[in-house]
Amino acid sequence: MMGLPMMTILIFLPLAAAIVVAAIDRKKTGALYGVGLAGSLAALALAAVVFVRFDPDQAALQFVERMAWIPSAGVSYHIGVDGISLPLVMLTAVIMPLALLSAWGSIAERIKEFVFSMLVLETALLGTFLAADLVLFYVFWEAVLIPMYFIIGLWGGPRRSYAAVKFILYTMTGSALMLVAIITLYLHSGPSLGARTFDLAQLRQLRVAMPLQAWLFGAFALAFAIKVPVWPLHTWLPDAHVEAPTAGSVVLAAVLLKMGTYGFLRFLLPLFPQATLQFAPLLSALAILGIIYGGIVSWAQPDVKRLVAMSSVSHLGLVTLGVFVMTVPAMQGSLLQMVNHGISTGGLFLIVGVLYDRTHSRLLGDYGGVAALMPRLAPLALIVVLSSLALPGTNGFVGEFLILLGTFRANPVYAALATSGVILSAVYLLWMYQRVMQGPVAVKERARMTDLTRREQWLFIPLIALIFWIGVYPSPLLRRSEASVRALVQDVRERGNAAHLASHESRVTSHDR
Amino acid sequence: MTPPAVDLRLLVPELVVTATAVAVMLAGLFLPAGRQHLLRWLAAVGTLAALGTTLTAGADPTPAFAGMYVRDALTRVIQATALLAVLLAQWLSGEYVERTGLEAGEYYALMLVAALGAMLMAASSDLIMLFLGLETLSIPLYVLAAFARTDLRSQEAGLKYFLLGAFGTAFFLYGIALLFGATGSTGYRALAEHARTPAVIFQAGLALLTIGLAFKAAVVPFHFWAPDVYEGAPLPATAYMSVIAKVGAFAAFLRVYVVALAAQAGEWSTLLAAISVLTMIVGNVAALRQTSIKRLLAYSSIAHAGFILTGVVAGTPSGASAVAFYLLAYTFMTLGAFAVVLMLHRRGEEADQIADLTGVAWRAPALGGAMALFMVSLAGLPPTAGFLAKFYVFTAALDAGQIGVVVTGVLTSVVSAYYYLRVAYTMFTGQPHEDVGFAGGRWVTAALVTASAGVVVLGIFPGRVISFVQQVGQAMR
Repeated sequence: MMGLPMMTILIFLPLAAAIVVAAIDRKKTGALYGVGLAGSLAALALAAVVFVRFDPDQAALQFVERMAWIPSAGVSYHIGVDGISLPLVMLTAVIMPLALLSAWGSIAERIKEFVFSMLVLETALLGTFLAADLVLFYVFWEAVLIPMYFIIGLWGGPRRSYAAVKFILYTMTGSALMLVAIITLYLHSGPSLGARTFDLAQLRQLRVAMPLQAWLFGAFALAFAIKVPVWPLHTWLPDAHVEAPTAGSVVLAAVLLKMGTYGFLRFLLPLFPQATLQFAPLLSALAILGIIYGGIVSWAQPDVKRLVAMSSVSHLGLVTLGVFVMTVPAMQGSLLQMVNHGISTGGLFLIVGVLYDRTHSRLLGDYGGVAALMPRLAPLALIVVLSSLALPGTNGFVGEFLILLGTFRANPVYAALATSGVILSAVYLLWMYQRVMQGPVAVKERARMTDLTRREQWLFIPLIALIFWIGVYPSPLLRRSEASVRALVQDVRERGNAAHLASHESRVTSHDR
Repeated sequence: MTPPAVDLRLLVPELVVTATAVAVMLAGLFLPAGRQHLLRWLAAVGTLAALGTTLTAGADPTPAFAGMYVRDALTRVIQATALLAVLLAQWLSGEYVERTGLEAGEYYALMLVAALGAMLMAASSDLIMLFLGLETLSIPLYVLAAFARTDLRSQEAGLKYFLLGAFGTAFFLYGIALLFGATGSTGYRALAEHARTPAVIFQAGLALLTIGLAFKAAVVPFHFWAPDVYEGAPLPATAYMSVIAKVGAFAAFLRVYVVALAAQAGEWSTLLAAISVLTMIVGNVAALRQTSIKRLLAYSSIAHAGFILTGVVAGTPSGASAVAFYLLAYTFMTLGAFAVVLMLHRRGEEADQIADLTGVAWRAPALGGAMALFMVSLAGLPPTAGFLAKFYVFTAALDAGQIGVVVTGVLTSVVSAYYYLRVAYTMFTGQPHEDVGFAGGRWVTAALVTASAGVVVLGIFPGRVISFVQQVGQAMR
């Protein structure tokens, strides 16, 4: 280990860049975006170093930093990375520079505030994925809302104000109850752990008795399920995604939604193993409903941005299912699919953004034959679409295959139902591609449909590279997540069942008496 | 019978404040019009001196005046908060007082006397002392509300506040009378002893006392005066009364309930819990539809009274510490929000409509950023003082088993995010009004910077402040 606090630097590098941005003259557009990009690229470079130096055989947190923050309340600044958070940290670090680059040229007003918000958002996101203390996590988790609220509300579409408020009220409602649950856990940790604490590693050893555990599980699950979003809590999503500016939609879909699924893995499962096993069928059923519902609704969308937004409900349903069937391959697949969805849906939103910048229309009916006008966009878009529908050879296939494989082992019926979602996604995505790209040219103002600029090409090149890299050679990612996932599945199964057996036994003995 | 020992050394902070008030008022009479700005310096120096003596005074419980007065950790922390509030409020008022031609000497003197009242309430260990403090706090505030003598709205606000405040005081005094009848004494110690065998008369007295305090703290259902008074009073006076009245009232809540009647928590906590729930709901819901920033902040102050009350409901030492922390956080964020509004004017008048803030952030980004910070903090979002304040009171209340109160608290916080963020959003969107201009100066800027720093430091590096306010809890153990 180096002496440097790597993780702290990683988290706060974007914030430092944001402070620099705040000091730059607002007329210097290039400098504003330049500093923003440099900050996020520096974070990416640091994340890459962490990725390379990460020890794949270790299940526990690595690069741990820990110091007291509010000692009297048992709150510590405890951060670190393991196989579960590493993929999401990498995803965040990759997506943020792309999102900033996509805004360059597309967002021309109030650039300073925009870049500032994006960088603050990146710090909050990285903090969310790296925190190992419940209060620290909550602070970062909620801090994400504020820049996102402004990004949607200030640079969004016509109904931006409504969408921003809906987004923040929905997510805050969920997390408000989670705060109550976090404090309750803290209060319960005193008697059995010696001292009250918010530290995740210590709270994992806590055995909360059953009706209470179910309530706490419910509060955490609600917060995360709203964020994912799990059907039927998804209604904030289409508004927020559609109204947000392209860069906002990209970050929202690619990274913010993963906060929910990450929350399942990081907090819900290890803290409440017994309740997890008890409620896993319910959440799996909701996930499957989401897969099918999201697919059908996407199919029916006349608005291409809404289509992509609703497809997230379907895709993240699959990720959620992979979490709750509780097998190692499914969970690893889920984790990989979180990254994949970030890459492919991020890419889809970028495509929508590129088109929207030219025509200012999001309706499928306004497009047609774009491939002829934008020959450079067409193949790139096709690859992104195919990755999103999980064609073998692309990243999506590896993730979905692992999830379905793991699900099949646990419950073949779930797997069969979930597969229908895979088929649906092929239907609506290919249909979308066909309506937009192929056929006779139906765009009203052909002159505006210029092909991709060099900057725009650079948006897609890293994504395409990642699509094929993960599609062909996923083992660097899978190997790094395996130990942590295996440990988690084992832990939940053992403690969940042991607690279950214990309560069963006590019931039997009391019956005998 | 020997006369009680008078130890004036314990009273140094109060004496410094009183002396400053007198000095400011007299100097105001004699200084020529062009030199009136010197009063600000005088008031600021006096307040800082009082703050210094408060912080350096001992925290060991030391009673004085035959048990009427006590200087302990609670006294110290609450007095420091009150002095901070009056200091910031003086800075806030600086340019406003000059611009609108208010009598600066009287104005600052009244502010200081109100702070003295809150300080005495914090130090009370006897109901008579509490009453004296309450009146010393209230009467200057009535005058301050009516201080803009040529403004009818201000006159109305002052009269309304006075009538309803006097009404509240009558309840309070009647409560004291009944308690005296029940216990034969006005000391808190006697309250605690007799509370074990409560008679109807004792409970009735306590209920009336609570109503009186609830009036001052603007707690539902005794909050009706607040929006009208806040709206009519001159803006810096509104800012000040929204903070100092809370500091005083909650100091009294802590003294009476958490210190004196700690053993009977089971009996009164249900009643206070109900009031707290009601206050959080009514305050936050009523704030949703306000168009005037003064009225919005009035309902916000009602809502925050509900949040602070959850810490009292806990009835534990940690609850008391949480209340003290909340009061400090509330002081910074509320005065900060008022400072932003005071930086603006609409054709020389107060820019007191939310619509006046439209697009201001694009002309003054720092102002917009500061307002966003205060609104985020008032909504209780991290990483700000407002979040940790709520976190502490809710932790204390949950620890005392008040789950219903806490769930109401977090859910109404979500509601509050709607109207607070709308204010911040307004600042960043749309075209600024031509009528709206900037009225800031050095003093109000200083207040704004201090308040912002307070909100950020309390939210991110709260360690030292928390160990300071925790003296309150430790002293009670």
